Amino acid sequence: MTIKVAVIQFPGANCDLDAIHVLKNVVGVDTRLVWHNDFKEAHFDGVILPGGFSFGDYLRAGIIAAHSPALDEARIMLEDGRPILGICNGFQILIEAEFLPGALLQNESLKFVCKWVNIKVLNDRTAFTNKMKKDDVLAIPIAHGEGRYYTDNLKELEENDQIVFKYSTEDGSVKSEANPTGTLENIAGICNIEQNCVGLMPHPERASESILSPKQTTHGRIFFESMIEFIKRRST
Amino acid sequence: MAQMEFIIEISLENKPAARDPVAETIKRDLLAKKGYENVSKVRSGQYLRLILKANSEEDAKEIVTNMCNDLRIFNPVTQNLNIINVKKL
Repeated sequence: MTIKVAVIQFPGANCDLDAIHVLKNVVGVDTRLVWHNDFKEAHFDGVILPGGFSFGDYLRAGIIAAHSPALDEARIMLEDGRPILGICNGFQILIEAEFLPGALLQNESLKFVCKWVNIKVLNDRTAFTNKMKKDDVLAIPIAHGEGRYYTDNLKELEENDQIVFKYSTEDGSVKSEANPTGTLENIAGICNIEQNCVGLMPHPERASESILSPKQTTHGRIFFESMIEFIKRRST
Repeated sequence: MAQMEFIIEISLENKPAARDPVAETIKRDLLAKKGYENVSKVRSGQYLRLILKANSEEDAKEIVTNMCNDLRIFNPVTQNLNIINVKKL
């Protein structure tokens, strides 16, 4: 089968081409950059909402993009179980479009935080983590001002195994020193109950080639390899 | 009935449960340091002023409330919507 993936371009996106590069040249999957008004779900097996900004992030990061026709199309994919990944601003869009629960608030420091961090895998069964193992620790960069996850229903997230990643130390200890933004319970990424939609603040597309990593790691590529695996499994 | 124009002011206020570092910084690093220790609480939020056509003040409030709910102008997980003021233009 030929797998085809879309990366949606919103006005203000700036990590769209990075995602395209990794998918095409590192993972080797047919990937198209699609302007948000032109996106049609029927052509694609999976979709990535990339990082950057969208519509100036006015009102709240992601809220204007959440009303784009691209999200109506993506909702069809959400409901029929195709994989959807929101990275950084893409995660904010998925939250505001209510694909994922909760809110992403301004970092506790009120500063834009840009650095390499470690995240621990809590759920290794999602569309984007099925080639990882629970408790794996991944080296990955973050770059955002509004990534402090908050929910008034943490218990439900935990019970449904929707917390996919938590910020941790390099040896996998989840503690406040490893929390870069004041995010609730060190949460870095979550998924929907069905586990086909994942959103996270860190940038896997910036961590997929050893030349870009301070520790020559390529952990980011596992997200995209997992997506391919998930698509293949769905089709059989 | 001819519709009238109303000016309506709304605030989107952060709910108490979520920490509000903007307000905390204003209180701690500005007000308290400049002698306004008598200020015991600050909460930050967003403010919008809209002019719209409606049949009455009540109608204007209802339109704006529905609009804010439908379009998720505020995130109900972390924010409350307050209608601060409505007046006929």
